[in-house]
Amino acid sequence: MFVFLITDLFFFIVIIALFSYIFYVRKTPDLLDTWSYVFKKKTGALSILVLSFFMIIALCDSIRFKNKVYDENNKKYSYTSEISSLLDIILLPIHENSEKSYSSPFSSKLYSKETIKVDKDIDKRIYPKLEYKGNHNLYSDKNTHNIYITIIISFVKTLFICFFMYLIIFYKTLFKNFNKITTQFVKNKFIFLSFFIILLIFISLYDLSIQYYVLGTDKVGEDVLYKSIKSIRTGILIGTLTTIVMLPFAIFFGIFAGYIGGFVDDIIQFIYTTLYSIPSVLLIASAILMLQVYMANNPTNFENVYERADLRLFFLCMILGLTSWTGLCRLLRGESMKLREIEYVQASQTFGLSKISIIIRHIIPNIMHIVIITVVLDFSALVLAEAVLSYVNIGVDPSTYSWGNMINAARLEMSREPIVWWPLFAAFVFMFILVLFANLFSDVVRDAFDPRTNKNYE
Amino acid sequence: MIRYILKRLVFIIPILIGVNLLTFALFFVVNSPEEIARLHLGDKRITQEQIFAWNEERGYNNPLFYNSSEKGLNKIQKTIFYEKSVKLFLFDFGVSDSGRDIKYDILQRMWPSLAIAFPSLVVGVLINITFALFFVFFRSTYVDYVGVIICVALMSISSLFYIIGGQYLISKLLHLVPISGYANGYDAIKFLILPVIISVIYGIGSGTRWYRSLFLEEIEKDYVKTAKSKGLSESSVLFNHVFKNALIPILTGVVVILPLLFLGSLIVESFFGIPGLGSYTIDAIQSQDFAIVRAMVFLGTILYIVGLVLTDISYTLVDPRVRLK
Amino acid sequence: MFNSYRYIIIVFIIFLKGCSDKPLNNPYSDNLKNLKNVYYSSFQERPKHLDPARSYSSNEYAFIAQIYEPLYQYHYLKKPYELIPLVAAEMPEIIYLDDKFKQTSLNKKIYYTKYIIKIKEGILYQNHPAFYKKDNEYFYHNLDDDQLKNINTLKDFKYESTRELTSDDYIYQIKRLADNKNHSPISGVMSGYILGFDDFKNKINKKNELNGIKRIKFLQSTSIQGIEKINEYKFSIIIKNQYPQFIYWLAMPFFSPMPWEADSFYMQEKLIKKNITLNWFPVGTGPFRLIENNPNLRMVLDYNKNFRGEVYPSLDDKIINKKLISSNIVKSVPFIDKAIFSLEKEQIPRWNKFLQGYYDSSGIASDNFDQAVSFNNSGDIQLSKELEEKGIHLNTATAASTYYIGFNMLDPIVGGYESKARYLRQAITLAIDYDEYISIFANGRGIVAQSPIPPGIFGYQDGIKEYNKTIYTKVNNNLVKKNIVKAKDLLKKAGYVNGLDQKTGKPLVLYFEATGSGAETYAFLNWLRKQFKKINIQLVARVTDYNRFQEKMIKGTGQIFQWGWNADYPDPENFLFLLYSKNGKVKYGGENASNYSNYEFDKLFLKMKNMKNTKKRKQLIENMLAIVQNDSPWIWGFHPKSFSLSHSWLENVESNLMANNTLKYKKINNNIRYDMISKWNKPNYTLLHILFIIFLIFIFSVILMIRKKEKEKAYD
Repeated sequence: MFVFLITDLFFFIVIIALFSYIFYVRKTPDLLDTWSYVFKKKTGALSILVLSFFMIIALCDSIRFKNKVYDENNKKYSYTSEISSLLDIILLPIHENSEKSYSSPFSSKLYSKETIKVDKDIDKRIYPKLEYKGNHNLYSDKNTHNIYITIIISFVKTLFICFFMYLIIFYKTLFKNFNKITTQFVKNKFIFLSFFIILLIFISLYDLSIQYYVLGTDKVGEDVLYKSIKSIRTGILIGTLTTIVMLPFAIFFGIFAGYIGGFVDDIIQFIYTTLYSIPSVLLIASAILMLQVYMANNPTNFENVYERADLRLFFLCMILGLTSWTGLCRLLRGESMKLREIEYVQASQTFGLSKISIIIRHIIPNIMHIVIITVVLDFSALVLAEAVLSYVNIGVDPSTYSWGNMINAARLEMSREPIVWWPLFAAFVFMFILVLFANLFSDVVRDAFDPRTNKNYE
Repeated sequence: MIRYILKRLVFIIPILIGVNLLTFALFFVVNSPEEIARLHLGDKRITQEQIFAWNEERGYNNPLFYNSSEKGLNKIQKTIFYEKSVKLFLFDFGVSDSGRDIKYDILQRMWPSLAIAFPSLVVGVLINITFALFFVFFRSTYVDYVGVIICVALMSISSLFYIIGGQYLISKLLHLVPISGYANGYDAIKFLILPVIISVIYGIGSGTRWYRSLFLEEIEKDYVKTAKSKGLSESSVLFNHVFKNALIPILTGVVVILPLLFLGSLIVESFFGIPGLGSYTIDAIQSQDFAIVRAMVFLGTILYIVGLVLTDISYTLVDPRVRLK
Repeated sequence: MFNSYRYIIIVFIIFLKGCSDKPLNNPYSDNLKNLKNVYYSSFQERPKHLDPARSYSSNEYAFIAQIYEPLYQYHYLKKPYELIPLVAAEMPEIIYLDDKFKQTSLNKKIYYTKYIIKIKEGILYQNHPAFYKKDNEYFYHNLDDDQLKNINTLKDFKYESTRELTSDDYIYQIKRLADNKNHSPISGVMSGYILGFDDFKNKINKKNELNGIKRIKFLQSTSIQGIEKINEYKFSIIIKNQYPQFIYWLAMPFFSPMPWEADSFYMQEKLIKKNITLNWFPVGTGPFRLIENNPNLRMVLDYNKNFRGEVYPSLDDKIINKKLISSNIVKSVPFIDKAIFSLEKEQIPRWNKFLQGYYDSSGIASDNFDQAVSFNNSGDIQLSKELEEKGIHLNTATAASTYYIGFNMLDPIVGGYESKARYLRQAITLAIDYDEYISIFANGRGIVAQSPIPPGIFGYQDGIKEYNKTIYTKVNNNLVKKNIVKAKDLLKKAGYVNGLDQKTGKPLVLYFEATGSGAETYAFLNWLRKQFKKINIQLVARVTDYNRFQEKMIKGTGQIFQWGWNADYPDPENFLFLLYSKNGKVKYGGENASNYSNYEFDKLFLKMKNMKNTKKRKQLIENMLAIVQNDSPWIWGFHPKSFSLSHSWLENVESNLMANNTLKYKKINNNIRYDMISKWNKPNYTLLHILFIIFLIFIFSVILMIRKKEKEKAYD
């Protein structure tokens, strides 16, 4: 049985919007040129590749099912309130079991000593062996040996997959005139190589983490790698949902203020200046508190942990959106004010076109580039903001997997001796990769849409 | 000019009223006074009458907007709205929920905040401009390319990592500065070095890129090309023309954040145990001291708007071409 | 070219020379070498109130117990805990009265109990501006703007004075407890005990309009029926019925003397505006006085010159007397001149500063435990090698407190007294493995609870001889917890086979009310979910802030919750009353948060309450525990052990969890401290050197590159 949480639905809207934009781009020659510039640039193509890997993981994590339980008495299955996502099912061998407490990456033992009865009366304080991973075969004492073998096997697997993919795509491009971008994608050796590497990393991580805790375990023995992968969805959602929430407001108010002007302009300016003037952390803090009140007063509406956490995530996106739409709104207002004075808009006005159709036909297409650039630019800032908000305890729900929550927990771990560094390291690596490629992507996109960039240069 | 400033100041008033109404609605919808009282009285053995007394002491027992039990002006003045929100306009922040005078605390805690924020800003701007000029000098060479990549990488690291990492390395492993704390006077320096360095490093990525794009924009302009064609050396063109003309956006960018320096940095201050306004706000959020949060929201808003007005004014002062409507 | 090389080399040498081995990371502005008797410690949260009528939490007691002195104190060394006189000259004389206030004997019905208390003569308050008189007028009680011009803190007042402590001050403080304006948390409790307290409370709280000196005059002139001043050094308190535990209240800071002058001084509006209030600047008779109160940074306690002195306690009273006679052998407490408490909100810096030697003592946070403590072969706790080499001492004690998970007995699913709900509760109690909890979250610093009564308190069940028969059985003299099979069996009896409700076929979902939002909470909830899953019950955590949690508890809308209780005084009554029905949270607003109500238990409780610790009382308690263990309104959680570490230079450290006023006993050896700190904190300049070299190379190559480019341009 499928289950849809609010953020899932909105995330699907994001995906649909993305695809319809791609469709739209393919039909618009101007835009197609701009975007092929992005694909032509190495950083652009690479970041699109990496980001789409992240997006696919987030998407897999947004398709959910209810778990089943077999009732022996009534001889039938019944659904529990536990929910797993497609990603959970794919990664089941990784997170199925959990250890007692910390263990370091690739270790076969727990990180702290325990008193264990060796004989009848003799207690010994030793590092206990892990129960589920790290002690699975003959090689467990020779970790490195085993790791090499696993990586070589994954390498072969990856080779096979890539080879078949290459065949399929190449076949298609030979016989059908596939689209310009895809052809470029396949022909470009750089892209194909990076695709190969990413896939190799993914597959060998998967293979390794069936046998080991690649990034160790956390305080209650959960696999840190699994936690970090699950956090991808939170990061991406915060980055995208927020903009989806704010876009309608920003576009609507921005255009109306700029195009219609006068009294409407004054009011809209007043609204966004007021909102913009409040320090956003304080606004977010108060709003999150309000949400908690609502949840506490209506416990029956939130059947399970997931829904509660999900709603909080959704509200966080809404609030972040509310505090960040004002900047875009101001930009759009200025741009539509400029466009209003441009000749062909003036001309269509004299031809008696209605205001709405002028807005749809002339204004919106001409401000879209500002929207795209802002959305892409905001993405990385929002992912970073999540961590900081979680640190102040006004971010996502503590039960949600998120890098912010991981960092928050890692503060205590850093003071342990010997130091528990891997949860922080994991959060750092994952966050860094996502934000880095988002930043690189936004750079290229900005260049692509900037009329001043000489696109033939380089 | 003066007329313009006056006009801007008049425009501030409705915004402040708007902010005031908004925060009032937020704070008195979130928690009823009774709950605030319970939070602040502690958790062992609380009776209803103590809660009542607490609310009465802080004026939370009044009605929200209109007090029909009073006479004359008091009908409006003896209300939560008047006591808690209107008085903010007179900079009367009142007493915090834990019983301290807020204005006094803000005046005290302002200085440590400034002591971090001001050096961070100045050093940061200087370093960023240096790097940016350096990159621009080597534009479209591998130096520039690698530099920009490094900047993007620096930008992609969360501030939390800089703080956690810096504190661990410099204070814990190398024993170079105290782990946390603060002292007044010159003793403050040893506590401030690390936070300032961290703030500066955190800002290098975005700052350098921003200034670099400013300079590049300027370098494309015709007068620079003319200067170059006259045979001036690259460095003198950079300093004498590009840098000078880019000063306007740099200056205005700095001016807009100047007033906000008072608010301090939330995360850095609480990590390093510096008793500034940033940690004041964080503590208030965490202990749900709404009186303080309200005061800080209002103060933050005022400072932000002051920053905007200052920017406008500095535009006209620096560049006479900009005319104000 | 050569010039610049030479210049760089000179700079480099200067840079290297500048590095010395002196510690750079001293978090204080003081020079540690010159300071003799200063004690350094930290506080985690700024104390909200330092008014003895109001403070009720340990972080506030850490300060006010050093400044204010109640009548009695706990003996520092003796276990089990024993009260001895502090300000009082001797233990109180207790007289039992009948309904006509005539003296009666214990075997007759007792209506009232009278405590006659005598205090020591000649005790002086600390010097304080409130006491200063000029021309027989209190100089600072009517401050005008002129006087206040340069005043920002209490230190800025030029003149100070003192006066002798009298019994009036105690009586005045008891009256203050009744005044709602002081928000005393125990005013409700005292109404139940002190004769006439309730009437007095009504009287004073009707006079809302009285302010300032008028209110003080009213407090002084109106009397409480049960309290009588006998002479300047003697007064009596009459309490209703019999309540032997009352003496423990008299040892709490609530019953500290409060001079009316202080109240009058601090009530001035103009001082309140400057944050100079009684809540922030205490006036006491104790060994220390608060000279700096900056709750955002630090609090400084200084030796009170007017302190009368006290002899360091000994387990053998005769020794003290002997030493007193031969004098000078035992220096009178306090041993330290000054104590500096720095604000340290985060656990990590606090722990690290302790390791660096900048704090003299520290508790162990659970996450630092591996480093600090190891277990030897027999399971005894030892310090780790590293800490032992540093000369750090470990002190352990089991706190007189209990943490439990409660069921709301009013809840339709988990509450109620019919067997179905009881089996469900028992099954859950069996499923939750508190041994694991202690090892994960407290790193072994705790004892699994058998009942609400913690170790060290009369009636404690040690889990060896006496134990919780509902969840443990004895196999070959070893205590064994009944297993999960048994738990599932109980669950079946309760009507939930395999976690599914037999009536509806739906899975059983329970709700846990959680507070807090940190990572620790999250880990705990995760763990708890796992425990419930063992018997196929789904647990949903409802996380809210403490505020809202309280509200749920008061309304009784919660289902399962975790809470704890710290002893007010070392008597089983203070724990068993948590289950007494008249303390029900929903009905009576008391502390019985699970709203447990059992007639049989109540009857035994009332009987047990006023008894001395005899065999008969022990039997009664056993019976009571058997009842609640069977009903299982709580999942008996654990009693935390407190570990604290202290450095080798700190002497006279004993773990005494009831006594708060222990700062006066601590002793510092500054020479050792200074040597150790210098040894431990040698700065490491390697990184700076490397950075400096990199910087030089960078600058140099930049100069070269720029020159090269300029040249190229020139050729173009």
